[in-house]
Amino acid sequence: MSSLIKTNASGELGLQAMPHPQTHGTAQTKPRKSRWPARLDVLQSATGLILAVFLMAHMFFVSTILISQQAFYTVARFFEGAYFFARPYPALVSCVVAVVIALFIGHAGLAMRKFPAGFRQFNAFCRHKNRFHHSDTSLWWIQAWTGFALFFMATIHLYDMLTQPALIGPFESADRVWSGNMWPLYLALLFAVELHGGIGLYRLAIKWGWLEGSDPQRSRRRLAIVRYSFSAFFVTLGLVTLLTYIDLGRAHADHAGERYIPPQSISSVDRR
Amino acid sequence: MIPLLRHGKPDGQPRRLTLEILRHNPADPASVPHLQAYEIEEAEGMTLFIALNEIRAQQDPSLMFDFVCRAGICGSCAMLVNGRPGLACRTLTRDLGERITLAPLPVFELIGDLSVNTGKWMRGTSERLQTWIHNDTETDLDAFETRMEPATAEAIYELDRCIECGCCIAGCGTVQMRERFVGAVGLNKIARFRLDPRDTRSDEDFYELIGDDDGVFGCMSLVGCHDVCPKQLPLQTQIAFLRRKMALQGMR
Repeated sequence: MSSLIKTNASGELGLQAMPHPQTHGTAQTKPRKSRWPARLDVLQSATGLILAVFLMAHMFFVSTILISQQAFYTVARFFEGAYFFARPYPALVSCVVAVVIALFIGHAGLAMRKFPAGFRQFNAFCRHKNRFHHSDTSLWWIQAWTGFALFFMATIHLYDMLTQPALIGPFESADRVWSGNMWPLYLALLFAVELHGGIGLYRLAIKWGWLEGSDPQRSRRRLAIVRYSFSAFFVTLGLVTLLTYIDLGRAHADHAGERYIPPQSISSVDRR
Repeated sequence: MIPLLRHGKPDGQPRRLTLEILRHNPADPASVPHLQAYEIEEAEGMTLFIALNEIRAQQDPSLMFDFVCRAGICGSCAMLVNGRPGLACRTLTRDLGERITLAPLPVFELIGDLSVNTGKWMRGTSERLQTWIHNDTETDLDAFETRMEPATAEAIYELDRCIECGCCIAGCGTVQMRERFVGAVGLNKIARFRLDPRDTRSDEDFYELIGDDDGVFGCMSLVGCHDVCPKQLPLQTQIAFLRRKMALQGMR
């Protein structure tokens, strides 16, 4: 049997050269192609979509500070289950963050398959992008770079939220932003994540042919407008929100570390 | 292009165009790739194809470029026009500035100057993707052809308009990085044969051909192919359609 196994110039086993062993009366069939490329492709899109939806919801929740400190305090306690379990459980936030981390790592790992592997691919794409001047091609480059930046920036934020879920509140968050020197990270993270999410959602629609309508070309132009609007809206909302936290954090700097105490207790909820 | 944006002749004098052409002959060991500039006078309705012929006839007979039909049907004269893939015979000089840079299509084997061997690449792709009708039943040459619904025939014809010019491959960012990627021309052909009732292959069979990262799942949806296709083929729609069908196969 070993004499049937030959190696080619690369040293790979030439198993194709082996005669097919004939089984009794059953025809030999070629093994099916792996289904994993399809599943991984769907998973990449699905994780990206869920993260984008989370991102939008997250931004709206965070921006409740623009309404009032009490509003943000109420939202924060809501996610700790204070209105369901009679007292807040910050571990619930950690659980949500753990799921987001799992989605984030999964999405990052799957998306990395599309990154240029090595200098030759990197250089080939750069030269192509620079001579082509094609908007969607250039946008992918932005998406790849913002995705790469998120590996680091989002990880810091997620770990922070995972380990200190109780420190989400008007003063707690403002202290983290200003006295904790997190605002430069949040500023960069805001731009990276909103650009990445906006372009990602647009590409998702193109990739799977969603919202094509009767005229795909017109739909694509509309999707591009939605993409710009998405990024512009959330970057603006994020900037205004971050400025509010910076302002609050500066005013609270002398009392950094002190927790927010609501003017009136919320039903029977007792913060511990 | 919108007429208002076309480069006109305000003083009525024809423009002097400078064509910078990437010259290189791989068959000549001494040849070094370089840009060579040629000046010509623009004529009414001049295409790049006409300009190149004029240069070759009057200035430099050694200039290599391909053409056959002059009407956007043969796909031979595809090249990078200011970095963007397009057909020389379908590109009017009045839509461009006074300095025009021409280069051969990337990815394909260079024959010389602006001439590339798209045929070799296309044949390889056709063989790899088996882009012909697969049917096990014996054809009766004396019988009438099986009838086909006009709508089906129209849909097949729409995709069959591909002239294999190579513009979609040159405009594809994925192919630049990963040479094994089949590109829009290959995926469009699969979409075409998938529509054809004479082809008995199922989606499971097509998955064997394009169900991986060298096939439909390798597409990063940069839509460069769709935007440069000189025949305006619905490549974006077709690739998305195939992706959905192949993803469904992947769940089985």
